Amino acid sequence: MNKLSTVDQAIAKIDDGMTLMIAGFLGCGTPETLIDAIVEKGTKDLTIICNDTAFPDKGIGKLIVNKQVKKVITSHIGTNPETGRQMNEGEIEVVLSPQGTIAEQVRAAGAGLGAVVTPTGVGTVVEEGKQTIEIKGRKYLIEEPLRADVAIINAHQADKKGNLVYNMSAVNFNPLMATAADTVIVEAEEIVEVGDLNPNFIHTPHIFIDMIVKGGQNG
Amino acid sequence: MDKHEIRRVIATRVAKEFKDGDLVNLGIGLPTLVANYVPGNIDVTFQSENGFIGMGPAPEEGQEIKNLTNAGGQPVTILDSAAFFDSSMSFTIIRGGHLDCTVLGALQVDAKGNLANWMIPGKKVPGMGGAMDLVTGAKKVIVAMEHTARGSVKILTECNLPLTAVGVVDIIVTEMGVMKVTDKGLVLTEYNPQFTIEDIQAVTEATLIIDENLKEMI
Repeated sequence: MNKLSTVDQAIAKIDDGMTLMIAGFLGCGTPETLIDAIVEKGTKDLTIICNDTAFPDKGIGKLIVNKQVKKVITSHIGTNPETGRQMNEGEIEVVLSPQGTIAEQVRAAGAGLGAVVTPTGVGTVVEEGKQTIEIKGRKYLIEEPLRADVAIINAHQADKKGNLVYNMSAVNFNPLMATAADTVIVEAEEIVEVGDLNPNFIHTPHIFIDMIVKGGQNG
Repeated sequence: MDKHEIRRVIATRVAKEFKDGDLVNLGIGLPTLVANYVPGNIDVTFQSENGFIGMGPAPEEGQEIKNLTNAGGQPVTILDSAAFFDSSMSFTIIRGGHLDCTVLGALQVDAKGNLANWMIPGKKVPGMGGAMDLVTGAKKVIVAMEHTARGSVKILTECNLPLTAVGVVDIIVTEMGVMKVTDKGLVLTEYNPQFTIEDIQAVTEATLIIDENLKEMI
């Protein structure tokens, strides 16, 4: 099974109206080459699941600026004024959720769990409309898993079968999102032969990866 | 006091809360400065919620590493003891009670330890990022902030902005003093001798209980 793909082959998996997970933290560890290609193609009405909407000229922020996003589920939009502007104008739906909750919602989807039960957000607006449960005298929110049609992630190294190694603080949501989408596309800074990576230090096993694209240097 | 002196007083005092071996998360802005004032005789490990422990100071110009940033997206360095991990592990540390202390700013904080620091409806909605998890999970929550916002009070009887969490704050450190959140309300335990107790109460909506062992914070 050949997973090596061109950028065009990879983004052909992403249709208008799909739900897309995009990894990264303020652009660090985000697949910039894939995002640039989606911007150029103009895929629209996307629902994006991400940690933050980065900056207007970086990462996920570019999709927002180009008005390709109808809904974003995220923990922070403060570094991209355009997200706030579109939200205030009613052009985009923004669901703000705690960062640790999003991480676990993605993990839960990938791990086949039915919900995340978390104390974070109790007594705040995050609780509104959600089920709660009391366990051993403490109240928790029940948060549903988050899945996507496609996840696009960024790795430092990929072997040709899709084993991945990440670099420094560019790990963040990448290994989580690799488990929680129907199609997972990795943009790797370096693609190596099978066997070149030490099996003891693989972050994401190849079974999660569908397509491998050679990336630039991550913005 | 000028802005620089205000920040120095707050950061210096917050750093005294740390114990040898503590794992600490510092918020963006003023809390970040606290790292510069940790006493030399204790070993404190800093966590960055984007996914590592062992965070060091900002790099020299030209030494920035593309894949090494703090939770504000700024370039940082790491110590030899550093370890990187994904966001699930990061929030296992944060939410799971493995963090000894979190230091963050506030828009409002109140006498019950409620904290509001993530949005002003209709004006500013940056999002909560990791703040809700940090204050829910950390063993000690320290609010480090200027006592007022351009003259308007921030330490209230009850917060009126959307909350970050309910009843989580342990200590408030400002340039005017140190307040502990207790069942009875806010107890002023230390004060900056540049101000009188009356000065401090005048810019604090919540009624301050004066600690019987009240001392100077500097």
